[in-house]
Amino acid sequence: MAILDVEGFSKSFAGIQVLRDISFSLDEGRALAIIGSSGSGKTTLLRCLNFLERPDSGIMRLRGQVLFDAQDASMQSEQEIRKRRLNFGMVFQSFNLFPQYTALENVTLASELLAKERERKLSPASRRAIAERGRELLDRMGLAQKAENYPHQLSGGQQQRVAIARALMLNPTVLCFDEPTSALDPELTGEVLRVIRGLAEQNTTMIIVTHEMAFARDVADRVLFMDEGMIVEEGPPQQVILSPREERTKQFLARFSGDR
Amino acid sequence: MTDKGIIISRLLEGFALNVQLFALTLLFSLPLGLLIAFGTMSRLKPLSWMTAGLVWVIRGTPLMLQVLVIYFAPGLLGWGPLWGSGSGARFTAATAAFVLNYACYFSEIYRGGIQGIPKGQTEAGQVLGMTRSQIFLKVTLLQVIKRILPAMGNEVMTLVKDTSLARIISIKEIIMMAQEYTSKGLIWPLFSTGVFFLVFIGALTLLFGWLEKRLDYFRA
Ligand SMILES: Nc1ncnc2c1ncn2[C@@H]1O[C@H](COP(=O)(O)OP(=O)(O)OP(=O)(O)O)[C@@H](O)[C@H]1O
Ligand SMILES: [Mg+2]
Repeated sequence: MAILDVEGFSKSFAGIQVLRDISFSLDEGRALAIIGSSGSGKTTLLRCLNFLERPDSGIMRLRGQVLFDAQDASMQSEQEIRKRRLNFGMVFQSFNLFPQYTALENVTLASELLAKERERKLSPASRRAIAERGRELLDRMGLAQKAENYPHQLSGGQQQRVAIARALMLNPTVLCFDEPTSALDPELTGEVLRVIRGLAEQNTTMIIVTHEMAFARDVADRVLFMDEGMIVEEGPPQQVILSPREERTKQFLARFSGDR
Repeated sequence: MTDKGIIISRLLEGFALNVQLFALTLLFSLPLGLLIAFGTMSRLKPLSWMTAGLVWVIRGTPLMLQVLVIYFAPGLLGWGPLWGSGSGARFTAATAAFVLNYACYFSEIYRGGIQGIPKGQTEAGQVLGMTRSQIFLKVTLLQVIKRILPAMGNEVMTLVKDTSLARIISIKEIIMMAQEYTSKGLIWPLFSTGVFFLVFIGALTLLFGWLEKRLDYFRA
């Protein structure tokens, strides 16, 4: 059964429709790649999933339970949204690490705040447990040596890996990536893609917006091609990337011909 | 005590008022400025217009005028002795005027600082399930402080010098004290007031330099 169901998401900014009736579903443990040209609405879709934007219409279900319904006003409250959005993790194109915290503190901050809310005062035992898990995640990202470094002391690729650890720390049901390597120098994309590939091998449920066609082909279980706010084509990577049916998909992919 | 000793102790007395006015102004205007900044940035249009209007008026008129108006207006408008009477009343009125004036200047610095933080910082906090206040206190605030420290330093040093304006409602601050001696043919007391200011400002320069250094460990 699908873990995530999105049904009829539409979104306009100042009268310009950016998402048009977007529907898709995602199975547990699978990776979905979203491709499409600039301005096609990929980021907006991810932002809707993470409650950073509110779709004008549409429903989203998680494990069959309604997580968001544009018609339901009771879901608009800050408190509700806070709880629900934790089902999703988000890795931004520009990392968005907190500059005043070390790599480890970046990873553990949110967990500590959540634990503090539960326990009123954070016990040394839970603080230690959180730090330990934070270190473990940094280690998985190949950053064990960098735990005490501040973001400005890290390369872009290292920063993005810290951001991935930060998102994983809260155990999101679905982890979203918005062009995780687009802000990186070409020689640094490899290390980040490797980490994401590793997550896919461990069956992390993921949605990855990317312009790296070879990567999408290898890592994704399904690929979704968007154009002008619509899903034009969807299917397994062999189909969408290697032998697309739709004219618009072909045109888009022609630009990446060397990369497939 | 020698004449010189007496004069210097009178100057010190005066400077104590300058320092008091300085400290009280900071104590109240630093938080009030933040409230005003939130008001100006509020999504409630009437509130943001009102605070923006207030800031515009206060920043667009002389502090000296504001001191006079705040001291005299309640009496002239028949609101009774809002500030009480005597030198304490004058000092309270001057403090109120200074607090309002500096809160408005600080609010603009805060606003610039807050709006200068990339939106991605707030959004990263949001997707990690932080509340608005957690995001402000744990993510934004220190970055804002780091960014605005130089501008705040300038403003605070201006405040030190501005405290002399309180004399317009006969508060016996240091320059007013010193001026009494010029009519008696003594000029050195007036010159020496400059030393008091220089020393105080020198100390503040060191303090702000130290603070900036403390926040040097990260880039924002
Ligand atoms: N907050 C906003 N206000 C107004 N328009 C917006 C806003 N956010 C996005 N848009 C518009 O929506 C359209 C889709 O933007 P989006 O960022 O989702 O595209 P994208 O597919 O992620 O593009 P890219 O590949 O360049 O990242 C664009 O035309 C963009 O200008
Ligand atoms: Mg985008």
